[in-house]
Amino acid sequence: MSNSDYDPACLPDLLPLYYRRLFPFSQYYRWLSYGGVTKNYFQNREFSFTLKDDIYVRYQSFSTQNELEKEMQKMNPYKIDIGAVYSHRPSQHNTVKSGTFQALEKELVFDIDMTDYDDVRSCCSAADICSKCWTLMTIAIRILDRALREDFGFQHLLWVYSGRRGVHCWVCDEAARKLSVAARSAVAEYLSLVKGGEETVKKVVLSDPIHPFISQSLSVVEHYFLQYAIVGQELLSSKEGVDKVLNLLPEDILCDLLLHYQSEKNPTKRWERLKTLVHQKRATSKKGGQYFDKEIMLQYCYPRLDVNVSKGVNHLLKSPFSVHPKTGKRIIIVIEVYFIFHNIDIYIFLITLFLICEELDKPRPDEEEEDDTKDKENEIEAGERRKIRVYKASFTYFKRTSLAKYIKLFDQFLDSVARSRKGDMLKKSDLQKDF
Amino acid sequence: MQFSGRRRKLAVHSQNDLYSHCLQLYVQPPLENISLSEFETFAVERLKLLKTVENLGVSYVKTTEQYTKKLHAEISNLNFPHKAEVDEASFTKSQVGPSEYEKRRKDHISHFILRLAYCQTEDLRRWFIQQEMDLFRHRFNDLSSKYKTEFLHKNNLKYDTLSADEKMNLKDQLINSTFGFSGITIVEQDFYKVPFQDALDLIRTRKVFLRGGYAYIPHQDIVTIVLNDFRTRLSKALALTARSLPAVQSDERLQPLLNHLSHAYVGQDYSIQKNIGKISLEQIDPLSAKSFPLCMRQLHKSLRENHHLRHGGRMQYGLFLKGIGLTLEQALQFWRSEFIRGKVDADKFDKAYAYSIRHMFGKEGKRTDYTPYSCMKVILSNPPSQGDYHGCPFRHSDPELLKQKLQSYKLSPSGIVQILELVKGMHYQLACQKYFELTHNIEDAGFSLNHPNQYFMESQRLLGGVKEIKKEVEVPQKVQENSVTNGTSVSRQPNTTQAMEEMGDLDSYFADE
Repeated sequence: MSNSDYDPACLPDLLPLYYRRLFPFSQYYRWLSYGGVTKNYFQNREFSFTLKDDIYVRYQSFSTQNELEKEMQKMNPYKIDIGAVYSHRPSQHNTVKSGTFQALEKELVFDIDMTDYDDVRSCCSAADICSKCWTLMTIAIRILDRALREDFGFQHLLWVYSGRRGVHCWVCDEAARKLSVAARSAVAEYLSLVKGGEETVKKVVLSDPIHPFISQSLSVVEHYFLQYAIVGQELLSSKEGVDKVLNLLPEDILCDLLLHYQSEKNPTKRWERLKTLVHQKRATSKKGGQYFDKEIMLQYCYPRLDVNVSKGVNHLLKSPFSVHPKTGKRIIIVIEVYFIFHNIDIYIFLITLFLICEELDKPRPDEEEEDDTKDKENEIEAGERRKIRVYKASFTYFKRTSLAKYIKLFDQFLDSVARSRKGDMLKKSDLQKDF
Repeated sequence: MQFSGRRRKLAVHSQNDLYSHCLQLYVQPPLENISLSEFETFAVERLKLLKTVENLGVSYVKTTEQYTKKLHAEISNLNFPHKAEVDEASFTKSQVGPSEYEKRRKDHISHFILRLAYCQTEDLRRWFIQQEMDLFRHRFNDLSSKYKTEFLHKNNLKYDTLSADEKMNLKDQLINSTFGFSGITIVEQDFYKVPFQDALDLIRTRKVFLRGGYAYIPHQDIVTIVLNDFRTRLSKALALTARSLPAVQSDERLQPLLNHLSHAYVGQDYSIQKNIGKISLEQIDPLSAKSFPLCMRQLHKSLRENHHLRHGGRMQYGLFLKGIGLTLEQALQFWRSEFIRGKVDADKFDKAYAYSIRHMFGKEGKRTDYTPYSCMKVILSNPPSQGDYHGCPFRHSDPELLKQKLQSYKLSPSGIVQILELVKGMHYQLACQKYFELTHNIEDAGFSLNHPNQYFMESQRLLGGVKEIKKEVEVPQKVQENSVTNGTSVSRQPNTTQAMEEMGDLDSYFADE
C-alpha cells in the first residue's frame, strides 16, 4: 500500500491547519471530562506530545478546553499520547511531595498490532497491511468486542484504527477506568490464547472442557478461516506453508497428510483431510482434548494482545485524532464496529492529513447561499450575522472533509456514555432517596 | 463443656471466642503481654514455616500430594494449628505438647510479629504476602466443607447465590467452564455471583464462567475469593504498619531481632556490584558460553544475531550485565555497538534506547537502582510472547526446541534427558542447576540456584575466574541462607548489638538446606 504522494516535509505546514480547523477539540474535551462528575478529571489527565525533531515531552496537562486548544495550536505536536488521570496536575508533578503523585484512573486499553502476527501471515510483514490480512483485525475486533461486552459487562468501547498497522480499543466505562493493575492484567490474560515467544512452536493448546469464551471465539475464527487462511494466505498451498502447519500436528497425522498431499494439491481439500484425520483421532483416542485443528485455526487467527499495554494504569497510548507521524500521516480515527462486521475495505480508514487539508480547500458554493436566506428570515443584525457565520464555519470545517463521519461516530459514542451516566446518577439518587 | 484448665483457666474461658476457628484473617492484633523469648521463638518458627512454604512452592506443584503432605508435616512439627476438626475435648485436654488453643494463639501472634519485620520495603512485603497467602490457601483447602462455610460466615463474605432456574439455564456453560462439574453436581452445589474484580485469579486462568462482569463460582472454589480478600487486607495492613514502625524500632530489645529477621530471607540481590569495571566487553562472548545461565546465553545470542532485543529482553539481560559488573559507560557502548549493526542508527539509539539503559543504572527518572532479576522473577513474571527472547528457557521454551538447543551445545544425551525430566516436573531452577553441572563437568553444583547472577558468580569461582575478579565469600549484612553445604556464617556488622549475640546462632535455623 503506497503513499508516494505524501511528502513528510509538508507535515509542518499541514499540522497548524489541522489543529486550527479540523481537530475536534470540543468532542475531545467532552470525552475526557466524562461529564465533570469527578472534580479535576480533565485537569489531572496526562498528555504527552512528540514535537518536531523527535522532541518528546511528558506530563502535559490543561485546565480548560481553551487552554488545550491554545497549547496544541502553539506546539503543533506530531503525535499525541493520552496517559492516566493522576492525583495532581501532571504539569505540576515536580512540586508534589515525592511518593504522593500517583496515577489513579485510566481507560482500559488494548493494542492489536499486526507485526505480532508476522509468523502467521504470508501477504505482508512488519508495518505493511493489506485488505487480506486486515481480516485479522476484523476477527480480533469481533472476538474482543463480544467478550468485553458480554463477559465483562463493559458497555462503552471506543475502537480506533491506530494509523498504521493495527487497532486500539479504549474501554471507557467508569468501572474500567477504576481497575487496578492486577485487574487489568487479569482481563488481558483472560483474553489471551496465543502464548509463547520465538522459542515456542505450538502457541495454542486446548484441553477439555473448552471454556465458553474459547468456543465463542472459535466460532468467529471458523467463520473466516477458510476464506482468509486457506485461500487468502495460502496456508496449505506451498511447501513452506504446509511444513509450518504440519509442525503443529502429532506424528501420525503428519505422516498421513504428507502422503496425501503428494497427490492432493487443492488447498481446501487438503484442509478438509486434515480436519477429518483430527476428528477421527479424537473419536478413537482414549485421552481427551485432541483439538489440533482448532489449535491451528487459533494460532493463525486469534487476536494477539500486548498484555503490557493493557496492564499499566500509567501507560501512554496514542490518542484518537492524533496524526500518525510515520508514512502516510494518517489520522487515528474512530471506527464503528458496524463497519467491521460488514467487511468494509480497509482503504476507507486511510484518512490522511493531506487528504483532509485538500478537502478543506475545496469551495462549497451552496453553503453561503443557504446561510444568507436563513439569516434574512431571522432578521438578525449584520454584526451578529457575521459572528454567527464565522462560528458556524469553524464549527463545520471538518464537515467538509472525510473526517466528518468519524467525528460523528465519536459524537454518537459520547452521547451513549452520557446517557449511561445520567441513568447511573438517577439510580444512585433513587437509592439515596433524593427526590 | 468441661475445662480442665491447667494453667490458664480464666484466659481460656474469655478468649474462647477469639480463637473459635483454626483459621483467621488476622484482623485484630493480639492484645496481651508476652515475654521476649516467646516473642522471638514465635517469630523464628513462623519464619521457618514460611521459608518451607517458599521452597516447597518452587519444587512442587501446589496441588500435589507431595506438596500438601510435606507442608502439613512442617506445620505440625512447628506446632501451628492445622486441623479444623478439633473437638472441644482436645481443645483444652492436656496432651503432649501445646494445646490447640496455644497453637492458634501462636499463629496469631507470630503473624503480627512478622508484619513488623516485613513491612519496610516493597520486596519484603511482596515476599511476606506471597508466602502467607500460600500458607493460608493450603490451610483453607484442608478444611472440610462445613468449616469452610463457617469461616465465610464468620468473616462476612456474603455473595449472592444463583437460583435453581438460573443454574439450569446456564448448565452447559457452567459445566464447560468449571472444572469437575457435571449436570448433577451443578444442581447440588451452590454457585456464587462474585464481581470479577474480586475473583481475579479465577478469571485470569479462565477457571470459571464469566458473564456481565460477574464470575460464577462454585462453593468449592471460594478459597480464591477469600485469598483475594486476604491479600488486599494484608497489603493495606502492611502499609499501615510501616508507618508506625519508627515507634517500634525505637525499642532496643526488638530492633535487632526485627532487622535480622527481615534480612535473613531476601538473600543476596546482587545490587551491590563488587566487580564493577572488572569485565571487559570482549570477554562477554566467551563468558556467555562458559558462565552465563541458559537464559542469558540465549538473550546474548539473539542480541548478536538480530542486533536487537525487545524491552523485556533488554531489561532482563541489561540488569544481569550490570550485576556481573558492567559500568554504565560499558553498557551504553555494548548496546549501542550492537544495535547500530541492525536497523537502528546512532542517533536513534541515543534518543530512544540510551535513556532506558541509564534508567536501569538509576541515572534517570525515579533514580531507582534496579536490581537484576532473580530466577523467581524471571520464571513467574512477564512471560515472553512472539518476538521475545527473555524468560526462563526451562520454563518458557518448547521442550523439543530446548532439547535441540542443548544438543547443539554438546551436552551429553543422558544429561539432556535428566534436564527434560526436571522440566517436565516443573523444577526449572533444578534443571538449570543440572545445566550448570553438565557444562562445568561436575557432579554436584554445591549451591541452590535462585539467581542468574549467582550462577555467574559460582561459575567464575569454579573456573578460577577472570584474574581481576575477587572471590566474594563473605556476604555483607545479609545471610546467604541459600548457600548450602558449608553453612555460610554471618559476617558481623560493626554495629552488632549485645542482644544479637545473645540470641545465639539464628542462622543455624536456616542454613540447613
